[in-house]
Amino acid sequence: MIKIVWKGFMDYEKEEKWLNHMAEKGWNFRKYSFLRYTFEKGTPGEYIYRMELLGKSPDNEESKAYVDFMKETGVEVVDTYQRWIYFRKNKSEGTFDLYTDYDSRIKFYKRLITFIGPLILVNLFAAIYNLYLGLFIGHEQGFYGNAYVSIISWAVTIVLIKMAVSYMTKIRKMEKERQLYE
Amino acid sequence: MAENNGQGALTEAVYYILLALHTPMHGYGIMQFVKEISNGRVNLGPGTLYGAINTMLSKGWIKALEQESDSRKKEYEITEEGKSVVVGEIVRLEELIRNGKKITGGAEK
Repeated sequence: MIKIVWKGFMDYEKEEKWLNHMAEKGWNFRKYSFLRYTFEKGTPGEYIYRMELLGKSPDNEESKAYVDFMKETGVEVVDTYQRWIYFRKNKSEGTFDLYTDYDSRIKFYKRLITFIGPLILVNLFAAIYNLYLGLFIGHEQGFYGNAYVSIISWAVTIVLIKMAVSYMTKIRKMEKERQLYE
Repeated sequence: MAENNGQGALTEAVYYILLALHTPMHGYGIMQFVKEISNGRVNLGPGTLYGAINTMLSKGWIKALEQESDSRKKEYEITEEGKSVVVGEIVRLEELIRNGKKITGGAEK
């Protein structure tokens, strides 16, 4: 049995949590295309899902070598979307975390920040530009369309900045811990 | 990790991976070995393991073995340099333990 769910996430950690929550209920994630998740009915609690942002596109040799390595360790690639990759592993094989020390986790969060950074800039630019255009055209012709579009861009920008700040907070916390523990 | 060549402390993961590779092993084998030898305490994430392997390859502490044509799994083995790194670490750890026991009397009290 197949189930399609339309849903959008900005925060990958929330998305990962949701996929695992669905797996707990017996809906195993199989496929992602823009905002569209395909699930397959299976045994509840069979898999643990993990998401990762690859350093390069999935077709790149570097990414392929990494993905091959993951497969060797018993990890299954469920799907990729742009630079995002969805992994899963059988729960019976024990815990499944991609990164298990501070160094590698800090590195991963830094990669996420370099991914979000440009998105923030683009959205911020769109927000300011549309606000300017919206107010200018609105004032001249009474059409405020751009101003409304600008509201969306502002909202996206704020959410992205919040995420970047939360990643930075995590990095700072881990760096502090690392001075005491490994 | 320290940039200088004077030996810094190895991470637990690196130390155990180097121990594992005294016998040639592939990634999954290393994960299993480390889990077993630490009685389930150290669970290496595959992402962490991959990063550590690549760093150690570039440092020359381990090497990748020639692949047999029928297998796509890559095996790794410790090098002489890697072995001396482990021995150096053991000396360092022994010093830590000796001094720790001398001052606190150890854990057996």
